[in-house]
Amino acid sequence: MATVAELKRGQKGIIREFANDVLPIKLLELGCLPGNEIELVQIAPLNDPIYVNVNGCHLAIRRETAQLIELDLIQEQTAL
Amino acid sequence: MSKQINVALIGNPNTGKTSVFNQLTGLKQKVGNYPGITVEKKEGICKLPRGLKAHILDLPGTYSLNTTSLDESVAVELLLNKNDKDHPDVAVVISDVENLKRNLLLFTQIKDLNIPTILVINMSDRMSRKGITIDIPLLEEKLNTKIALMSTRKGLGLDRLKELIAEYGTIKAEKSLDISVIEPEYFQKLKKTFPKEDLYKLWLVITQDVNFMPVEKKRINEDASFSIKTKSELKRLQQKETILRYQYINGVLKETYKVDTAAAKGFRASLDRILTHKVFGYLIFFMILLLIFQAIYSWSELPMDFIDELFASASEWIKNTLPPGMLTDLLAEGILAGIGGVVIFIPQIAFLFFFISLLEESGYMSRVVFLMDRVMKPFGLSGKSVVPLISGTACAIPAIMATRTIESWKERLITILVTPFTTCSARLPIYLIIIALIIPEGTFLGLGYKPLTLMLLYLIGFGAAILSAMVLNKILQIRSRQFFVIEMPNYKLPLGKNVAYTVWEKTKSFVLGAGKIILAISIVLWFLGSNGFSEDFHKADEIVAERIETQGLTRYNQENLATTLANYKSSLNDSVSAGIYNISEKAITDSVRVKEELLFQNALHQEIASHKLENSYIGLMGKAIEPVVRPLGYDWKIGIAVLTSFAAREVFVGTLATIYSVGSDEEETIKNRMAAEINPATGKPLFNLASGISLLLFYAFAMQCMSTLAIVKRETNTWKWPALQLVFMSAFAYIIALVAYQFLK
Repeated sequence: MATVAELKRGQKGIIREFANDVLPIKLLELGCLPGNEIELVQIAPLNDPIYVNVNGCHLAIRRETAQLIELDLIQEQTAL
Repeated sequence: MSKQINVALIGNPNTGKTSVFNQLTGLKQKVGNYPGITVEKKEGICKLPRGLKAHILDLPGTYSLNTTSLDESVAVELLLNKNDKDHPDVAVVISDVENLKRNLLLFTQIKDLNIPTILVINMSDRMSRKGITIDIPLLEEKLNTKIALMSTRKGLGLDRLKELIAEYGTIKAEKSLDISVIEPEYFQKLKKTFPKEDLYKLWLVITQDVNFMPVEKKRINEDASFSIKTKSELKRLQQKETILRYQYINGVLKETYKVDTAAAKGFRASLDRILTHKVFGYLIFFMILLLIFQAIYSWSELPMDFIDELFASASEWIKNTLPPGMLTDLLAEGILAGIGGVVIFIPQIAFLFFFISLLEESGYMSRVVFLMDRVMKPFGLSGKSVVPLISGTACAIPAIMATRTIESWKERLITILVTPFTTCSARLPIYLIIIALIIPEGTFLGLGYKPLTLMLLYLIGFGAAILSAMVLNKILQIRSRQFFVIEMPNYKLPLGKNVAYTVWEKTKSFVLGAGKIILAISIVLWFLGSNGFSEDFHKADEIVAERIETQGLTRYNQENLATTLANYKSSLNDSVSAGIYNISEKAITDSVRVKEELLFQNALHQEIASHKLENSYIGLMGKAIEPVVRPLGYDWKIGIAVLTSFAAREVFVGTLATIYSVGSDEEETIKNRMAAEINPATGKPLFNLASGISLLLFYAFAMQCMSTLAIVKRETNTWKWPALQLVFMSAFAYIIALVAYQFLK
């Protein structure tokens, strides 16, 4: 199962339904909701934290949090 | 007189809330703290149309009413507590046009508290560039509110907002949604037990850890059936609430808010790619730090020297103009010098906050946190602590003020507590003079011992700061945000006005807040240094004159006088033989005699000053602590200098100059005099490698700066932390210095 932590730069996915209490409420408020698209924008130089764009909102989260967000990868047909 | 309308500004971080606040209130704003806590309280007065007035309160930025920090709880508490004098008649939610969806989450929550709520959609100037269109009338209808479309950057929409505030009575205080659907049974039961209370308010009281509405909270807790069973149960319901709200918002925005995704978004992405790059990211950050450092270290030197001279000449002027006496001395040497000691920090504070507000306003600060988070994490700090820690190398005062940008209170407190360890510029004069005295010439791997020692001292300072941060992170039991998430806002050109406000407000808060304490302590130190109770002090003039008559000047002053005079004589003779002066033999002898008299008088004054200081209160204190400092290799003279340098570390050198009665601030002179000082106990030079290293280490660790204590008191809002800092740092410094001296002796 893929999580946000496994995304490569520029890769996107759709957030899956998740168990009720895994994610901090703050993340949900910022738009990390099931069904929303999430894109990995940038990885910090020491590999942590990572910088994502979820639902138009740009966030930096630590890898340990990113591992909690499961998703379905979107395969990009045309790389721009 | 008409009643003021109480307005609360509330919104997510990075929505330009502060800009709106600045535009509404102008300079009629006041910044303080909420009672008992360190959360900043910003309020101001705004003139509205038709002679109305509004009291504007700028609440701390928050993403929702589910609080995770002290700042956020302040907002929630105020919105819930009807009895608070600042409880808003109308809430103004500031949102940013690009993140409207997320911003509306907070809006719906506030509306559910039955407070009339105005929505401000800020940054409207970005709409066309981002391809955004909003149907404002339809959105107003759907959200059941009034909307002001604003651009604080372009200065648009302010009048509309003022108009809306003035007419807040026409805005319906209706809920946007009914949250009881997330768990109908539970809310039914709640309603039965508390028929008079509002369900959403009760829900907030139940879900928040913070203790507001204490009466209801207590009743809820007593009734076991309402306390949420487990943490995960609570989280589940909060998640349901959030999802419900987003469903509602999506429905509202579907018809009213359109984004043309084809519109450009490349600028942000490419800037991010460079600024958070593995190599360039750090390089750019390093350059920016260097620039900041340069500004507070070198650029502020000019205005600081100017302030220094200004106050010195003002003090001189007072002494010459007013009749001599206690009061004149108090004014010239106590009060004026004390005020000078406060004003001297202004250039550094202004420079640092100029840069910090540029970094914050532009959105770059979040990138710094992103870059540095991994590096700082092991020490319990986040990327935001980097700027204060580095600035501390110039001066701890502005650095500690800069910790305000750290949201987490625990991280902020740790940063405040460890920053004084970094080597500030006031330590430099002490380091330089002692290194020059005790560290031998020589090189190691091509580097001189002296610069190496200086570098080591800087590293020791950083090491002490980082290590104590680690220890404090383990010790301090403070509830803090358990996980890390920060928003990466869009890049913006900083608004000059906002930068100016920040600089002005920080400077003001330093002068008025910490300034009082600094002034008070400097007056006390002045008093202790220029007063005494013994005969020795009051009759210093006679005693010293008599001693000089019988024994002559001190040996050092005799030798010094003789060499100076000899130099003067020979240069005079040279000038005469070179034909520059054409004067008689008698004129030469006269001139030499006048010079000798002058030198003698100077020496006399110096010896009187030295005798007075020795017998002043502070001198007696220095002697009293001699047994304490002797194990460190110091005598009572150094003891006095350690005491007086509490005013500011660099005073150490000046005090030694007075005590050794060299009467000159020239480093070379003081150094020579220090080198000649003999320790009576050992018969060897007082400043040797052991005692010198011990002094260096003492100043590296000790909290020898009253201004830092004052600013820590101001920033933590209690004497507890500065007191702890003083005790622990001094004790630590003492022990290290003791070990070093005993080991090297």
